Amino acid sequence: MTNHWIDLQHTDCALIMGGNPAENHPISFRWLTKAKEKGGKIISVDPRFTRTSSQADLYAPLRSGSDIAFVGGMINYILENKLYHEEYVKNYTNAALIVNDTYSFDDGIFGGYDEKTRSYDKTLWGFKKDENDKYVRDNTLQDPNCVFQLMKKHFSRYDIDTVVEVTGTPKDAYVKVIEMFAETGKPGKAGTIMYAMGTTQHTVGSQNVRAFGILQLLLGNIGLQGGGINAMRGESNVQGSTDFGLLYNNVTGYMETPTSTPEEATYKGFLEKVTPKAGYWTNKPKFYTSMLKAYYGNSATATNEFGYQYMPKLTPKKDYSHMRVFDSMYKGEIEGLFMFGTNPVVGGPNAGKEKEALSKLKWMVAIDLWETESSAFWQKEAGANPAEIDTEVFFLPACSSFEKEGSVSNSGRWMQYRWQAIAPKGKSKGDLEIIHMLALRQKELYKNSSHPAAAAVKALDWNYGHGEHPDIDLVCREINGYDTKTKTQIAGFKDLLDDGSTCSGNWIYCGFYPEEGKNHSKRRDNKDTGMGNYLNWSFAWPANRRILGNRASATPDGKPWSKDRVGIQWDAAQNLWVGNDVPDFTKDRAPKDEGGLSAFFMLPTGLGGLFGVMNEGPFPEHYEPYESPVTNAFSSVQLNPATKFGVEEFMTQGSAKDYPIIATTYRVSEHWQAGAMTRNLPWLSELVAYMFVEISEELAKEKGIKNKDKVVITSARGNIEAYAMITKRFKPFKIQGKVVHQVGMPWHFGYKGIATGGSANHLTPHIGDANTNIPEYKAFLCDVRRA
Amino acid sequence: MDFTRRQFLKLSGATAATLAVIELGFDDKKAKASAKDFKISQLKPTPTICPYCGVGCGILVYSDGKDVVYTEGDPDNPINEGTLCSKGTTVRQVYTSDKRVETPLYRAPGSAKWEVVDWDWAMNRISEKMKDTRDRTFIQKENGITVNKVESIACMGGAALDNEEVYLLSKLMRAGLGLTYIEHQARI
Repeated sequence: MTNHWIDLQHTDCALIMGGNPAENHPISFRWLTKAKEKGGKIISVDPRFTRTSSQADLYAPLRSGSDIAFVGGMINYILENKLYHEEYVKNYTNAALIVNDTYSFDDGIFGGYDEKTRSYDKTLWGFKKDENDKYVRDNTLQDPNCVFQLMKKHFSRYDIDTVVEVTGTPKDAYVKVIEMFAETGKPGKAGTIMYAMGTTQHTVGSQNVRAFGILQLLLGNIGLQGGGINAMRGESNVQGSTDFGLLYNNVTGYMETPTSTPEEATYKGFLEKVTPKAGYWTNKPKFYTSMLKAYYGNSATATNEFGYQYMPKLTPKKDYSHMRVFDSMYKGEIEGLFMFGTNPVVGGPNAGKEKEALSKLKWMVAIDLWETESSAFWQKEAGANPAEIDTEVFFLPACSSFEKEGSVSNSGRWMQYRWQAIAPKGKSKGDLEIIHMLALRQKELYKNSSHPAAAAVKALDWNYGHGEHPDIDLVCREINGYDTKTKTQIAGFKDLLDDGSTCSGNWIYCGFYPEEGKNHSKRRDNKDTGMGNYLNWSFAWPANRRILGNRASATPDGKPWSKDRVGIQWDAAQNLWVGNDVPDFTKDRAPKDEGGLSAFFMLPTGLGGLFGVMNEGPFPEHYEPYESPVTNAFSSVQLNPATKFGVEEFMTQGSAKDYPIIATTYRVSEHWQAGAMTRNLPWLSELVAYMFVEISEELAKEKGIKNKDKVVITSARGNIEAYAMITKRFKPFKIQGKVVHQVGMPWHFGYKGIATGGSANHLTPHIGDANTNIPEYKAFLCDVRRA
Repeated sequence: MDFTRRQFLKLSGATAATLAVIELGFDDKKAKASAKDFKISQLKPTPTICPYCGVGCGILVYSDGKDVVYTEGDPDNPINEGTLCSKGTTVRQVYTSDKRVETPLYRAPGSAKWEVVDWDWAMNRISEKMKDTRDRTFIQKENGITVNKVESIACMGGAALDNEEVYLLSKLMRAGLGLTYIEHQARI
């Protein structure tokens, strides 16, 4: 989230698309209700009339997988009718920058495409610079090669009639959505976009989010109280676990994992490669070196490149993401697997196939509170023959969140501490202790080894107190960072250095523990410090800022866009940015100073990216899902041209001839993710006890299905059983003159626990987004029949 | 109950709830206070944050040291101000559920069942497996460049872990053990 939950109350209009907070983030909705009470509007765009839709002022349906068409049409309408926030766009976005004339776009493909590798030469999409290395601008926005004009041209193809033919949205509802949300483009108004996995889980998921970004920049909504782009996180600490580098391509704080290119053979070369020439990331060497110091302690010195060579290097261009883990496992390349509270046999795409891959492991360690479908993949109940599976499986019982202590970061980046209420149940243990025990044993085993595999283990700095229970306070201090000589805590990331004199396990959290005895994640002062930002409650990264990009909450000369909505403003008398939030800006950089308008200072240009380089192009372009009942109306390119394919056995693709119905997955309030945390609890199991498939009245009639009938849902991956739930919440779509049905299923179920049922992910395809490789769970093809 | 159904309907239909209980000779304030007395008056609440979605609602946990007696929304947490959804309300059962696994388990190759094992045995055996796999498959160089990595062990999950835990996990798995296949729920 750029903003945070409490801030939703300040919005003039919330566009909720690809998410269903009334169902899945119920408590967040009280802040939207407050916004409504103050006259704010709620728009719900969803293939299904959800609980959120029922609370909205305006509902518009769209076919799953047509988001870019929908938002692209909004962008076009806003540009054509000059509904954008002109002053914001001119000053804070890259609208005026001139793009090199090597940029081109024709029939769904941008210039620089290589069909063989399904990738682009992205260097063709750069900005023009003058002889003094300054970006060339056209402040009138008229140059045909400026971002504004290229954007206008690109989205001109997204006219309303073409769009609604693709999305299936009734035209009048569509126009109302645009007009209602475009109202927030007026100076002083603020609109927010809230989304979740309905946006991201597509082969074009990242560009769906990019389209939101363009829309919000055009309307001047980023940086404002009540504005922003707000990703609603589904797990209590999926924010924190991402911040801390639990994805293959990032180390902590969103920095690069090294790869084995020749430039990265040395630390110096690596830093040169990953450090941009302008923008705040020019400080990256300070953050990276401080992280290496936290990792390797005294074994990280200037003479050994601060331990850089101990770090594993990825093979360049090799994808190590979730689906590729299972590809590799299936091929027998992976011997051992750790699963920390995760259940891919229910939650992974093409889950039946992923389960098959697990049986090729030599050993598996499951750390969980519950026996899950994944840790029990070898059982008869799972449809396996145990005698044929040679995997050694260890189950380590973890305790729950209130049987230990530690912090979690919510969607709004608030790092809140949880104290221990009771000792771990039975012989279970906290994950901190389990990880610590593993580390101590590896250290012991490698103590006298001269094997090359021993070096990093020996160098790893692991000093968290005596015995098998680590001292969590020592871990917290290291995450924040301290002076390596004096051990004094570092006050904030601006004080980190690249000479090895400071350490910090995660630079974006540096400042949460700024001095002895002050762990700010434990703060519980709930007095509102202004505009609902509660600056003394917990800690928000970075630097306790509650609204990212808040320089843009003020006009170019530093005054608030609206007196009712003050984020920060320039106080000329004090020569400081002051207000209701911690400035997300150099606190004494005046509006007139060099860089005084660089609200988006993390980027080299300092400007919000209307034009932004992604794997499939600098502007979002509509492509159809991997499985779609229609052909692409915008170009002859059907599928995202930069989406990659994996192992063939996983890649089964159904056609509309065999599977004419669009399917999507979703969640219900009473269950959570892959179900282990709710299907093992009596009350929640009773509340939603059965797997169901939601079907429109029209489709039910066509198929002769009655409410509560047992039905079989089939896809190219397999089939599952479920109860039919016939509702008015799904309506058939009219797409390019053709009636297209859509059904939806919760994906929480499996065969373990109290409430059991078929796993929807046995039906979902093994293909993902071209930038993140998140699977396309939200739009695939199926058929439904009575069991 | 010593009032008739008719009386009850009359009271609940026409009169305000507070009036109703007074007419029935019932002081709800006293009743509430004594109920509170009974259950949790001797217990200190411990603040926690809900383990389910990413809203981050505050919850108070009342424990007597042997059991979790009661949980409720934390009225001091500014995000939820005491309110909770169906899942947050049920969090006590995460502790009380008889489905919790309370001891380490081991499944031998080809076996159809779990066996109960102790922590030391499990941890030592896992550690030996890890070392054996690492030593056999460790990649020191790739195209002449030092890569120091292990591509035969994967580490998945962590979105429900605490920050301190995921920090140690990525530190151990990447910086210590050299794993490249490090993934979690944010990807899926």
